[in-house]
Amino acid sequence: MKFDTLTDKEARDLRALAGIMIPASTVYGVPGADDDRIFADILKSLERDTPDARTALAQLATLSGGAFADLAPDRRAAVATTFKGKGGSPLFALNRVVLLCYYRDDRVMRALGQEPRSPFPKGHVVEQGDWSLLDPVKARPPMWRRID
Amino acid sequence: MHDKVDVLIIGSGASGAAVAWSLAETKMRILCLEQGDWVKPTDYPTNGRDWEARLFSDFAINPNRRARETDYPINNGSSPVQVVNFNGVGGSTIMYTAHYPRLHPSDFRVKTLDGVADDWPVDYETLDPFFAENDRMMGISGLAGDPAYPPHQPPMPPLPLGKSGQRFGQALNKLGWHWWPSDSAIATTEYDGRAACINLGHCTPGCAQGAKASTDITYWPAAIRAGVELRTRARVCEIAVDADGMATGAIYYDADGKEHFQPAEMVVVACNGIGTPRLMLNSQSGKFPNGIANSSGLLGKNLMFHPFALTYGYVDEPLDGNQGPPLNLWSQEFYETDKSRGFVRGYTLQLHRGTGSIVEAITSTAAGRLPWGEDHHKVYRSLLNRRLGMSTITEDLPEEHNRVTLDPVLKDSNGIPAPRIDYTMGDNTKKMMAHGVARSKDILAAAGASNFGVEAPILNGGWHLMGTARMGTDPERSVVNEWGRSHDVKNLFVVDGSIWVTSGGVNPTSTIQALALYISDAIKQRLANATLFD
Repeated sequence: MKFDTLTDKEARDLRALAGIMIPASTVYGVPGADDDRIFADILKSLERDTPDARTALAQLATLSGGAFADLAPDRRAAVATTFKGKGGSPLFALNRVVLLCYYRDDRVMRALGQEPRSPFPKGHVVEQGDWSLLDPVKARPPMWRRID
Repeated sequence: MHDKVDVLIIGSGASGAAVAWSLAETKMRILCLEQGDWVKPTDYPTNGRDWEARLFSDFAINPNRRARETDYPINNGSSPVQVVNFNGVGGSTIMYTAHYPRLHPSDFRVKTLDGVADDWPVDYETLDPFFAENDRMMGISGLAGDPAYPPHQPPMPPLPLGKSGQRFGQALNKLGWHWWPSDSAIATTEYDGRAACINLGHCTPGCAQGAKASTDITYWPAAIRAGVELRTRARVCEIAVDADGMATGAIYYDADGKEHFQPAEMVVVACNGIGTPRLMLNSQSGKFPNGIANSSGLLGKNLMFHPFALTYGYVDEPLDGNQGPPLNLWSQEFYETDKSRGFVRGYTLQLHRGTGSIVEAITSTAAGRLPWGEDHHKVYRSLLNRRLGMSTITEDLPEEHNRVTLDPVLKDSNGIPAPRIDYTMGDNTKKMMAHGVARSKDILAAAGASNFGVEAPILNGGWHLMGTARMGTDPERSVVNEWGRSHDVKNLFVVDGSIWVTSGGVNPTSTIQALALYISDAIKQRLANATLFD
């Protein structure tokens, strides 16, 4: 499949919005979603969500009365709050791509105590657990309905 | 023009694969047409870092979102539940959780026991040997002794309980309610050339390890070794008939859009509860102007989904998250009818191990639980790997207004009319679902969870596709007879979930495949005494 790409203006607004969705945090030692590497991944990953992203960003520009990225920080935060309530499914699609890219970034994963790797081939260890928990159930009489 | 085959199977999923393997011993010439491709293990998302992202693109469960060349669109606009499936060798066994319960004996006798819907023309006892044979072929793990079922012995030990399973076990014991390790189509030991599960998690969109039993790695290798031909990228648009009303073969499009006719002595349809009525309704002729084998008018009607309700909460310590198969326990406490609950029949609770980190972020954002801004990080850390959830799988009773028809506008890439779904949840199902959500919250509370969330019904929850070409002994009230043969066309068979009379309240793959083996056995018996087309 072939997908469109955002214009520079749309990309600037999206980056400003991504930084509001997930800002960098010194407390947790993580970058924001507007970080260079993460934002490049977001742009690359819009793919089939590009039409929704465009719709959402057009609505954001309307609410901003121009470029969202050019607003003063206080005004930007206020517009983002309004947009969050009004954006609907196009905004949800856009937000999903931001989250998809943010939470697979190596730095973010390490900060969460996760190994930045694919599940295969190493897999994971899951404890067997205490099978004696099942003893009371084993002691129950048959509970399926018999057919005469 | 292709050479005529003895048996033409349309669809290579759960049931088509089982029929192909079972009939191979007859030494007939058998061909299966599959609209999709083989999926290589290296294609599966768990091979890469983007494994969760691909749940929303080329491995999305909803074919309208996935939109591969091999998918067909579905108009779900008049349904609260969207159809999910996969098109490829193995069909939707490529993309399922491998949760593998059987129907219960009571499920085949709902009219007799509860005065609703209809009894099946077969019963559990008849299917029992085919369940066992299918368990052996698919390679099932589980634990014998479940008081909710007649005795049976899965070939491999159960999946691990893990942290989540122990939480659930303790909670259900506190309540005095049933729970049990699930029968699961996941190898827990090396089995018939398959490697054991290494807890990749994320089982639904295919298993890179090959531990999950999809029919491309279970039935198909055996069937192909036995001489069955499987032709991929062959999308069937019509089953053809002669002047006597017998099926003569099928018309299909190859990957280049070129039309072919494949002649056959008999045709077996195995395209699932949506694809099968779509194909048969598209197979119109002077003899069958309303679709092939539709003299009853029931083709496409009585669609049943098992509407799912998801109920979840959060505990105060990390659990298993995405690590390990997502489903490993069930509760059948509320499966059999208890009229004091205000509804008949019942449901399964399938208990979830956990959720991946990205899916947690997305679903919690959608639910308004995960904020934007400074608090995002703090809240996210209180959710990650702490989710405990379960699904209520409700028994969906057959209602004729729930149906599959041909969409007058929407078409697939070959110009074949797409299916349109018209579906509403019945009152009995709604009451059952509300009961299931309430009991789920009881369990979660007993497990120490809070901050509950509910999605009922789950929008992308149309996994189980049943009832649209129902079986029965009365040609006016059913599409196929008690051994899967069309009442109207004596050399046409349907073997997938379409033939189900009622839905039960469990994941259907095990019973779909047992039924397919039972029908294959009936075919072989009648071939032996030359009564197959009588």
